Amino acid sequence: MMEAESDLIMEPESGANLTGAEILLKALAAENVELIFGYPGGAVLPLYDALLQSPLRHVLVRHEQAAAHAADGYARVSGKPGVCLATSGPGATNLVTGIANAYMDSVPLVVLTGQVPTTLLGTDSFQEVDITGITMPITKHSYLVKDVREIPRIVKEAFYIAGSGRPGPVVIDLPKDIQAATTVPEEASLNLKSYKVFGKGNAGQIIEAAKAISASKRPVLYAGGGVISSGADGALRELCRKTGLPVVTTLMGIGSLPHEHPHLLGMVGMHGTVTANYAVDDCDLLIAVGVRFDDRVTSGLGHRFATKAKVIHIDIDPAEIGKVVRAGIPIVGDARQILESILERVEAPEIEDWWRQIRLWQEDHPLNYSQTDLSPRLIMEKIGELAGETSIVATDVGQHQMWAAQFYPVRRSRHFITSSGLGAMGFGLPAAIGAQLAQPEGLVFLVVGDGGLQMTMQELATIVQYDLPVKIALLDNGVLGMVRQLQGVFCGERFSEIQLHANPDFLKIAEAYGILGMRVKTEAEVEGAVREAIEHRGPVLMDFLISADEWVWPMVPPGKAITEMLGR
Amino acid sequence: MLHTLAVLVENHPGVLTRVSGLFARRAYNIESLSVCQTEDPDISRMTIVVDGDDRVLEQVTKQLHKLVVVHKVVDLTSEAVVNRELALIRVKVNADSRSEILQTVDVFRGQVVDMGRSSVIVELTGDSEKIDAFVRTVRHHGLMELVRTGKIAILRSDN
Repeated sequence: MMEAESDLIMEPESGANLTGAEILLKALAAENVELIFGYPGGAVLPLYDALLQSPLRHVLVRHEQAAAHAADGYARVSGKPGVCLATSGPGATNLVTGIANAYMDSVPLVVLTGQVPTTLLGTDSFQEVDITGITMPITKHSYLVKDVREIPRIVKEAFYIAGSGRPGPVVIDLPKDIQAATTVPEEASLNLKSYKVFGKGNAGQIIEAAKAISASKRPVLYAGGGVISSGADGALRELCRKTGLPVVTTLMGIGSLPHEHPHLLGMVGMHGTVTANYAVDDCDLLIAVGVRFDDRVTSGLGHRFATKAKVIHIDIDPAEIGKVVRAGIPIVGDARQILESILERVEAPEIEDWWRQIRLWQEDHPLNYSQTDLSPRLIMEKIGELAGETSIVATDVGQHQMWAAQFYPVRRSRHFITSSGLGAMGFGLPAAIGAQLAQPEGLVFLVVGDGGLQMTMQELATIVQYDLPVKIALLDNGVLGMVRQLQGVFCGERFSEIQLHANPDFLKIAEAYGILGMRVKTEAEVEGAVREAIEHRGPVLMDFLISADEWVWPMVPPGKAITEMLGR
Repeated sequence: MLHTLAVLVENHPGVLTRVSGLFARRAYNIESLSVCQTEDPDISRMTIVVDGDDRVLEQVTKQLHKLVVVHKVVDLTSEAVVNRELALIRVKVNADSRSEILQTVDVFRGQVVDMGRSSVIVELTGDSEKIDAFVRTVRHHGLMELVRTGKIAILRSDN
């Protein structure tokens, strides 16, 4: 009898009794999960025990926040939901920033958390927090598993919800006794009566949109993250070719057209190009695709944004339509399918005069190189040139992020990875880890500041442990540059608590982890350093010493219309 | 403007938190909310009275639809509906006021469900205006305690 039982545990077959932990890992494998980013702890002991027998690869990060960000970076590059795992209590709360980040940028994540046993739920027991409650405002949905038999269905639903419609994070909270409980798992099926995913878009509205485009005199297409997540970048290129539309992108939309594309006017909004902002302000038709009129684009002034334009708003989330700007032609559905349908019906508008105006703005208001010894623009352009078309760039948050957005020649969708909506410093390094694991053969650059790097610097150990050849371009100015710039512009240069006086020697940090370090002080040294970094087989940290007086221009002050830019 | 929404949701623990949390974080104002299981034990019905213009209402409705647990949202504001509230009201009484109060309860078709030496409890159903009117009428006798359920509403037949 005893022998028979141990046989069952050794080689579980279908129809055999499995633990909740085993059922969970099988369910993940059934969803084509290959990688889990995680950190173990008491409430996930059964899961980590079962992991030893599972083909799933686990990446041990050094802080749970990095597990969520890495899963996020992995999802953005691969297009598949990222999976992260943490224990109950502090493990779960450490994921919160990463979950919020994924929620704001509509990134599919399945977040697994351990929980205290159901018998202790609600008793303030050791490492107990109500993580489904805490994350309710920042998740698309969440589950607290109360019965081991529910696991296959919940996992199936979680992946479906995370990846479909407007993607987002889903939390599954797993009490320890449920992980250890056994059952014979049954075939799972979705039980989502009221969850609806929009697809093709209304045919009548699509015809209206095609007509409006064909008849427009000064159209602009405003492309966001939805173009990338729906895989509409090909349709967008085709639409540009057929109609000659000029395109502006959001931060999330970078990569939807190649950087050098003649129709791309650059990023719109607070640190957008003058041309992009003027074009949006002056257009008679705004074709908004997969965007949410975020306040970093509109300055929080929906009523003063593109006031001369009729608005076509294409989005998969009905709640985004009419939230900030009234749409004359709203179309709910998948951006790729809708753009393809518009393509079939649209005719090229006559917009030669409009392009003449746009070219004049471009000549009058180019983005400028700075005058200091080591220009961030030059660093971005040099890396982009040497790294080539297939390189992926991940960024942290701050000035360097805006320079990367403005100057790094991103040529493909899913190749620019950045924390947009939440603006979470510390995102860059773990996101680069996720990006590299999604494209093991790819060349991944991380552009990061000295402030943000130190928020998740412990993850240098993760890149070394997993032999990830991430190339780190540290734009090191010894200050919290973006905050300093804001204080410079809005607080009369009264700089408050932005000096990072006790920065470590980053080359010694690199050396301590076994990473190749280089210091770059002048523009003459940039090319050699970047070449060496690319040729080096392992991870590299390039410490670019830039001036704290490098600021990001142009800049729309909050509350001003997007044509009221400083630093034109 | 006040709007009355009927929201059909899954009858699970935590669903009320999801709905009320949505209202709180998006700064929508709930005037009243009542909820109970429906004829289908898997479904609960919430009647939510919310204050806002048409634009706010459009957002509320769309955001509610995004919750996986929400099956259906109907704005009953401009529909022909029967709506009711239940109130239990404790009013101070003495020998002089007793008969006047009992008469008022009669006029409003209420019921005295408990009578003490110095107070009575009145049960009253009706629309919000009727309950407001009763409260105004008896207030000067001494309104000791007031419990109201919040509005529930149902579409009239043959609509």
